[in-house]
Amino acid sequence: MTCLPSQTDKKLGLVIDLDTCVGCQACVTACKEWNTGGHMAPLTDIDPYGGHVDGVWFNRVHSYEHTTEAGGRTVNFPRSCLHCETPACVTVCPTGASYKRASDGIVLIDESKCIGCKLCSWACPYGAREFDSDVGVMKKCTLCVDRIYNDNLAEEDRVPACVAACPTSARHFGDLGDPHSAVSQLVAERGGVDLMPELGYRPTNKYLPPRAHTQRAASVPAKALEPVRAEGGFLGWVDRMLSN
Amino acid sequence: MHPAFSVVFFTTATGAGYGLLALLGVLGGFQIIPADFWLGLIGIGLALGLIAAGLLSSTGHLSRPERAWRAFSQWRSSWLSREGVASVATFIPAGLFGIGWVLLGKTGGWVSAAGLLAAVGAIVTVYTTGMIYASLKPIAQWHSRFTLPAYLIFSAMTGGVLLNALCQGFAIGSKMLLAACVLLTVLGWGWKLATWLHNDRLEIPTTANTATGLAGGTVRSLEWPHTEENYLLKEMGFRIARKHSARLRQITQALAFALPVLLLAATFALPWPFAAVPSVLAAIVQFAGMLVERWLFFAEAKHTVTLYYGR
Amino acid sequence: MIHGPRRGANSAPSQRALADTRAPDEGDGVDTSPSISDSIAKTTCYMCACRCGIDVHIKDGKVRYINGNKDHPVNRGVICGKGSSGIMQHYSPARLKKPLLRTGPRGSGEFREIEWEEAFAIATERLSAIRRTDPKKLAFFTGRDQSQSLTGWWASQFGTPNFAAHGGFCSVNMAAGGLYSIGGSFWEFGEPDWDNTKYFMLFGVAEDHDSNPIKIGLGKLKARGAKVVSINPCRTGYNAIADDWIGIRPGTDGLFVFALIHELLKAGRVDLDYLLRYTNAHVLVVQEPDASDDGLFVRDVDGNPLAWDRVAKTSVQATDPEAKPALTGSFEVGGRRCVTVFQLIADRYLDDSYAPDAVAERCGIAADTIRRIAAELAHVAFEQTIELPIAWTDWAGRRHETIKGRPVSMHAMRGISAHSNGFHTCRAIHLLQVLLGTVDVPGGFRFKPPYPRSAPPGPKPAGKNAKPMTPLDGMPLGFVCGPDDLLVDGAGTPLRIDKAYSWDAPLAAHGLMHTVIRNAWAGDPYPIDTLMMYMSNMAWNSSMNTVETITMLTDHDEAGNYKIPFIIYSDAYYSETVPFADLVLPDTTYLERHDCISLLDRPISHADGPGDAIRHPVVEPDRDVRPFQSVLIELGARLGLPGFINDDGSAKYADYADYIVNHERTLGIGPLAGWRGKDGTLIGKGEVNPDQLQRYIDNGGFWHHDFAEDQRYYKMANRSYLEFAEQMGFIPKAEPIVFQLYSEPLQRFRLAARGHGRVMPPESERQRIETYMDPLPFWYVPFEEAVVDLEKYPLHALTQRPMHMYHSWGSQNAWLRQITSQNRLFVHHRTAAGLGLVDDDWVWIESINGRVKGQIKLIDGVNESTVWTWNAIGKRRGSWGLRDDAAESNRGFLLNHIIGDQTSADAQARRYSNSDPVTGQAAWFDLRVRIVKCADDEAGFTEPQFERFHEPPHFESSPDILRYGAEFRVKREAAE
Repeated sequence: MTCLPSQTDKKLGLVIDLDTCVGCQACVTACKEWNTGGHMAPLTDIDPYGGHVDGVWFNRVHSYEHTTEAGGRTVNFPRSCLHCETPACVTVCPTGASYKRASDGIVLIDESKCIGCKLCSWACPYGAREFDSDVGVMKKCTLCVDRIYNDNLAEEDRVPACVAACPTSARHFGDLGDPHSAVSQLVAERGGVDLMPELGYRPTNKYLPPRAHTQRAASVPAKALEPVRAEGGFLGWVDRMLSN
Repeated sequence: MHPAFSVVFFTTATGAGYGLLALLGVLGGFQIIPADFWLGLIGIGLALGLIAAGLLSSTGHLSRPERAWRAFSQWRSSWLSREGVASVATFIPAGLFGIGWVLLGKTGGWVSAAGLLAAVGAIVTVYTTGMIYASLKPIAQWHSRFTLPAYLIFSAMTGGVLLNALCQGFAIGSKMLLAACVLLTVLGWGWKLATWLHNDRLEIPTTANTATGLAGGTVRSLEWPHTEENYLLKEMGFRIARKHSARLRQITQALAFALPVLLLAATFALPWPFAAVPSVLAAIVQFAGMLVERWLFFAEAKHTVTLYYGR
Repeated sequence: MIHGPRRGANSAPSQRALADTRAPDEGDGVDTSPSISDSIAKTTCYMCACRCGIDVHIKDGKVRYINGNKDHPVNRGVICGKGSSGIMQHYSPARLKKPLLRTGPRGSGEFREIEWEEAFAIATERLSAIRRTDPKKLAFFTGRDQSQSLTGWWASQFGTPNFAAHGGFCSVNMAAGGLYSIGGSFWEFGEPDWDNTKYFMLFGVAEDHDSNPIKIGLGKLKARGAKVVSINPCRTGYNAIADDWIGIRPGTDGLFVFALIHELLKAGRVDLDYLLRYTNAHVLVVQEPDASDDGLFVRDVDGNPLAWDRVAKTSVQATDPEAKPALTGSFEVGGRRCVTVFQLIADRYLDDSYAPDAVAERCGIAADTIRRIAAELAHVAFEQTIELPIAWTDWAGRRHETIKGRPVSMHAMRGISAHSNGFHTCRAIHLLQVLLGTVDVPGGFRFKPPYPRSAPPGPKPAGKNAKPMTPLDGMPLGFVCGPDDLLVDGAGTPLRIDKAYSWDAPLAAHGLMHTVIRNAWAGDPYPIDTLMMYMSNMAWNSSMNTVETITMLTDHDEAGNYKIPFIIYSDAYYSETVPFADLVLPDTTYLERHDCISLLDRPISHADGPGDAIRHPVVEPDRDVRPFQSVLIELGARLGLPGFINDDGSAKYADYADYIVNHERTLGIGPLAGWRGKDGTLIGKGEVNPDQLQRYIDNGGFWHHDFAEDQRYYKMANRSYLEFAEQMGFIPKAEPIVFQLYSEPLQRFRLAARGHGRVMPPESERQRIETYMDPLPFWYVPFEEAVVDLEKYPLHALTQRPMHMYHSWGSQNAWLRQITSQNRLFVHHRTAAGLGLVDDDWVWIESINGRVKGQIKLIDGVNESTVWTWNAIGKRRGSWGLRDDAAESNRGFLLNHIIGDQTSADAQARRYSNSDPVTGQAAWFDLRVRIVKCADDEAGFTEPQFERFHEPPHFESSPDILRYGAEFRVKREAAE
């Protein structure tokens, strides 16, 4: 059913900290290895050892150079499905394969209904949908729907694979519909932003921008060093210090 | 956007087919044009043939065509689903209209009603096709007030020019129809020029800054997440050089608009059967021109995902 | 503390499972609780050198999923890009299948498969003959080996001094620089106090070692808002998130550090109390230029270094806790003129030549920036002091009510190491840390046990008297304290094939694997018979000057014999080096083997306590391959090496697992420290416990001991810690470890160069020794920069491995190679504009050693005089199971081709290894280049190109399509 739920009980999503991401690709391959055997298995790789290798990945990390008057910064940027509140990728789907869950807001694909028309990938501004040409269906991030509720995992492991893997703790997970949740508070505290808000997709996932002081070196209020004022200069100062 | 031939052909062929069907339905239904057997057979046959070929071509675009029936289910939200429903639904009145005209040799009464219904179905179908593209926000060149009218105008234009060619061929051409075709072609030309002008001046609010949430200054792609082209780039990262694009726009203008106008104008001056030659040529040339136009429609459309790749 | 209140690094409230993890009643038929695995095996990763704990989920006999072990002290549940790709490494089509014997010419890749018995017979016959005649004719070099305590011991039992792993071309400058200064170093030796530091300085490329711990640490700093300063020509990776990026010119870090020291000294912002207690700053140094002990410490009759008591006005033992030593001044003791170490330090670094203004241009850093960083260091170290409310007692019995800390920490690794001035620069960084009083204090840099050790640590390198059928009298690698410890003959000729511990590289603590092929080829210092290597791609990305290296591997003498007569190589994959071997011993993957990550070797301890770990087979090999360590043990037994056989000549160990449990290096000390003793209750020392491996497996594959609170800091002088360290066998005696700001061992080499002592350098080497064996760190222009025409070669060229491949064994990995299969040369916009280059141009990158072609990518975040690329992306056609059209062999390039393995000839036409003159560390980053746009018809493909290798028999061709994981889903859905 590609009509959107009027509201969802929860708005589960990710918060990604661009101030902390070092671009190590840990989330990328953790996602790949979980999901290639998971709900949408496999994440097919075409020509895996050749010159036109093309695989299905649900999460990819770009790097950018962001240059402003204040200076430049390299920004590593993980990109995956944002589980939007008004995802056109769902409403354009002619078959009902794409849907948004009313319970938790996760945007999923029912592969058995997918005809591979690819229209959903055209409708997604973020490039979150990836086509598996081997199976002929569209695939995408499931927010690890087969982990976060999985009774076969220890309770503490019921988080998306990318969040569990991230070595710098740059990825966070929770209910962004609950203003009191830890993720919502993190977003509020750090000024988390939507991607392409002007398109009106209302992404659930938020990005925490690099901290403003970066490149300004403002965080240490150090006074300039002055040469020691002591007879005999530095050596005299040493003597005086030791005699005290 | 990658200009896949299946989709280019589908939209062009069904556009012309539905245009022709609608005109036959209205003009036949109101008996403005005579219930000529050959016109009916060839005209409705051509219209339905183009539609069927287009739809067949579009299923070629599907990876799992065996599930295509599912596409009729989501008409409440999906323009693509609506297109599917409308296109199939249109076959019913169109079929009845054909039977009435060709087999029963009449276009009045219920046949007239079927013709009018077929025309409505055709217009609705073209409307849904236009909306599929016009509703896609990530593609600014499509998500514009120009897209939907373009589909309707081009459908009427190509359908009209086709009808004219048939009428001229069967010696039942009318100056009125001929004049209408010239006007429609000029309108299409103007609309296309206006669309290009609009697109060339488009200031898209979505930028690499909003795509990454990095405010101010410039955001430049340093490294992609993968070395080789992936699905996103193959499907949506299609790039066309400005030079090529300018050349193809010229070709579009020549084939889809300028030449047909000249040929149609020539038709005015020629008696049957000679008038049929430029009219048929106009239809063929215009169809070819519209394939180029449609190819460019895709090739020049820039999807927001390319912002992530610095394209 | 390894763990906070919750397990794992990612346990912040915003990273936890939902409060209610019951699946909602969505009704969409999604199976939210699929079964994941039939079993979970906890072992140790080997995708790089970091050695994280992993949980391997096995489903239907296949690896379903690998994630980080939350309890493991190294990675605390996180896993990196490499670790998660282990599945693809394990199932790689490039895996070797059976022992191979060369049939075609060397380098062709033509082999025939042989049985293991034949392989053993060939190796045993060859090596027996060597051992009977001249054991040093076996050169055994083991690359990315994590079992050096076994492999080194094997070499020692065989009787050859010619053993080392890959440290000589990796980071020995950092290790030696630290071990000779503070008895520890970064990475395996120590780490920043991530929980308390407020100001973190990161020098050079550091994504190489300690991958996950540093990332976890950076995450903590970011979460706390601590300041991260990076000093690196490139603004990628960790540097991308630095609060302050200082794009220094390569090879000038030492100057930058000295300028900081200059500023701190001038302003009196050094921790005098710390210097007196923990360093040799107050030790007296003889100042009599012609004396045979000039520059050595003034010592009492028992050999104890002396200081000057400024109150008693007399000399005292430097370690006398009651003394009031002077830090500065010149004195006369026993008629000898002497000064304090600190006086020498002040004299050197207060000199105007180290002032910020004097170094700014050379470093490419504004003088004001240097002054600002110095001020910030001082501010954080002295105004933001930390005090932990924990009482501790120092070695002299003085009780301290709190643990005081100066929360400035530093880390450096490859970027600093891989220059010909790297050793002294590493020392400089440690000097800066010590002057600020930040070593092993809260918020500072902390040692990981078994470090600190005395500076330098214990045993000397063995190999002076290599004899047939006789083991060496120690391990081949060790630490020299002066010329007497060198491995040279009377004429000064090196005794080792790699010339380690010779005048060329006196402090070569990790050997010089990068010189072995050239030296063996040239018969310099002597010809060898067999080169045996393990897990190191010496015919490709692990060698400098690849093209010539390949030639040397295949070169013949006049009689038509190979100049390097026989090459045995063990590898798990069909790498570029395999085709150059005469005998190939196929290794297993890391999931099919036993291993031990031993405290005797390269430990994985945490600053809060020692630890070690194992690997154990979690899947069965499906090929006729054997773990190299077990093969080595069997070979040892077949050769009859002492230590590998029982008295009756039978094999002592069945395999590596048997060795890990039952081998004792000294009484009660074996490869593993946990669960020792008959009942497994002892740690460190204790009888063999036959159940030990099972205890490790039960504990998740590792052992970790958590220190008591009062043992965690000031380990160099902490009585409780030192006593523990002695008891564990980390140090011979619970005595304080004194930081050697001034290094006496280095001065002994200088004295030899001046004609003093028993072992003296040949005349031709004296100037070099005099210059570089400076007992205080100094800076000099890197060698290549000093000799090339800088106008002709105006650019520095660097490489780094991408984080998702660093230290990883091959990029044939189907997943990782998708991320990077072509490397670009990154060039600054302005530099490119000046050369008329635009983005995506193809260029020749030319050095004095040759040229290589690649494609550029413009960038802002790089020092303008520097270009750089991702290393080891370029592969040779025919290797790694890659298809012929793979980007790696068509568009990717290897900068190694143009990095010389030797320096330019000096005035005496001498050419040295392109290495640091102190340690022999390969100077990868000294490279100078120019870039020139290539002709239009040359664009689009890399050069040089090499002949395609044949593939070994029965090599499975790489699949057209990979559907890994589909089978799990099919089974899962079938079961429903």
